[in-house]
Amino acid sequence: MTQLVWNGLFVGSFYALVALGYSMVYGIIKLLNFAHGDLYMLGAFTGFAVLGAVGGVSSSMALPVLLAVLLATMAVTGLAGVVLERVAYRPLRGAPRLSLLITAVGASFALEYGMRAAAGADPRVYPVRLGGTPLEVLGARLTLQQLVLVAVAVALMAGLNLLVTRTREGRAMRAIALDPRTSALMGVDVNAVISRTFFLGSALAGAAGVMAGAYYGKIDFLMGFLIGLKAFTAAVIGGIGNVPGTMLGGLLLGLLESFGTFWLGGQWRDVFAFGVLILFLTVRPTGLLGERVTERV
Amino acid sequence: MKGPTPEPRPEPVTTGRDPAGPEPPDGDRTGARKVRLRGVSRPPTRASRLLANRWAGLAGLLVALLAPFVNATPYALSVMTSAAIFVMLAAGLNIVVGYCGLLDLGYAAFFAVGAYTGGVLSTRFDLPLLATVPAVLVVTVVAGVVVGAPTLRLRSDYLAIVTLGFGEIIRITANNLDVTGGPSGVYGIPPLAGDPVAFYYLTVAVVSLAVLGAARLGRSRLGRAWRFVREDEDAAEAMGVHTYRVKLAAYIAGAVWGGLAGVLFAAHLSAISPASFTFLQSALVLMAVVLGGMGSVPGVVVGAVVISLLPEVLRDLADHRFLLFGILLIAVMLLRPQGLWPARSKEALK
Repeated sequence: MTQLVWNGLFVGSFYALVALGYSMVYGIIKLLNFAHGDLYMLGAFTGFAVLGAVGGVSSSMALPVLLAVLLATMAVTGLAGVVLERVAYRPLRGAPRLSLLITAVGASFALEYGMRAAAGADPRVYPVRLGGTPLEVLGARLTLQQLVLVAVAVALMAGLNLLVTRTREGRAMRAIALDPRTSALMGVDVNAVISRTFFLGSALAGAAGVMAGAYYGKIDFLMGFLIGLKAFTAAVIGGIGNVPGTMLGGLLLGLLESFGTFWLGGQWRDVFAFGVLILFLTVRPTGLLGERVTERV
Repeated sequence: MKGPTPEPRPEPVTTGRDPAGPEPPDGDRTGARKVRLRGVSRPPTRASRLLANRWAGLAGLLVALLAPFVNATPYALSVMTSAAIFVMLAAGLNIVVGYCGLLDLGYAAFFAVGAYTGGVLSTRFDLPLLATVPAVLVVTVVAGVVVGAPTLRLRSDYLAIVTLGFGEIIRITANNLDVTGGPSGVYGIPPLAGDPVAFYYLTVAVVSLAVLGAARLGRSRLGRAWRFVREDEDAAEAMGVHTYRVKLAAYIAGAVWGGLAGVLFAAHLSAISPASFTFLQSALVLMAVVLGGMGSVPGVVVGAVVISLLPEVLRDLADHRFLLFGILLIAVMLLRPQGLWPARSKEALK
């Protein structure tokens, strides 16, 4: 029982990290960035490449090295997100929503199969594996490395929340989410803020990618597809566009999946998750913490 | 204005480029329209008049009918039959994406529902495939309602991702259930026609009817309502269009087209497995619709033929096909959002 809860929280913290980028971008420019899951994949591969370049890592140094790699990867995926926005999304900002969604799908494809062309179709084995000796806490088996990963995830999320609620930058983001044109009139550089939002969201996805690679030990070019869907589900459960809500949604989805797998069996896990998504959209489309959005015409 | 059916509202999005400069009060909205109308507002050139000609459709049909006389190897016939089925899928998705402006990323799910319903019923109960068509219709309509009913009330973005999830649900379910044969699928599905040539002609006939039907639907009262919803949902609702019902109708029509194409697919291959109904399949159909021109029936047919025959022509590029498609999707949306063969609304030209 505690094991299920722990597993759920652990997986949920990954979902929450990826979902945050989704949610921030959606909150600000109302765009579903389908390529977001692929930035997670890109993060895993970048981490793989950096670790390969660094060379062998002794197991005692695994965690510090991994944290350094994490930062490097976040910079790379963040920049990739900025480029993606500049090339594929910004020129279409005034266009019908359908065009934007279609370019997002195209971007997702380009990233997935571009990576396939670059790194090959076979799964890669991560050079660092976080195994470690399990500790017994309240009857649940967890490892130090798992704890560190969750701690990193929580720290990143807390930092993001501070940024959005307490800083000038965060205020600019919230202003654009409310009304881009008025914020521009008030002196907010809308394009720059949107670029930085993409940077942050993509960096978080990249961090989650490295952590997933190090934890599961295997990466492939399609690994972002499913997690992108799950992250969206998490964002919807919590309330898309709402930062604490998205974190809550991620953890909740992790828990739901953990228990769903226990009750129904592993092969139904994804069906269960999407079923929850459809249920939520029917019953409470604004999510648990989302407010009723006022509709303007 | 607050109608009883909530959510999807086209947000006025600023370009942010020139915040202080003089702009017409409604600059963004006209900007948004311009993208859609670009193909329509230009005066027709000679080439476009030729393309708009009704004979273009007949010429296309003639090419399809004469093709077996040029090359009737079993392989060529199989490729052409697949292409024809793909055309039907694209025509169906065009109703949803092109006419009504709803992005469906799980269209292969309806294809799968049709193929599996036909396949399972005909093999379990020893029925001819044709006898399963009524059941296929019922099941696909139910599937369309199940997915569409909760999501069509929401913003169109939600529909996109829910359909994506639905596509996965159907595929995983087919993979897990015993009735559907698990990962190995259903095999030994009875054919619809004796020999491949007869089946090819049957497919061409059905697909032509389906394409024609989709085109007629697009010109009907319902079709006008669809385009109205696509262009401006709020205005449509203000004018008394029941937008939710109209969108659901588009979604169900798309589901039925997809399901019937699925039956043809099952008959063609005589075996189906979950691997045929992945997200890639849905994305390919979407690619055909976008490339050809959303809302344009001849464009979509050409797009579908191009997309389905391209891998045969460019065999060496097979590995990079999807990378190419991804870049092409972005490029088409940026440079030519109306597609290769844009829809020309007669009303707009007058």
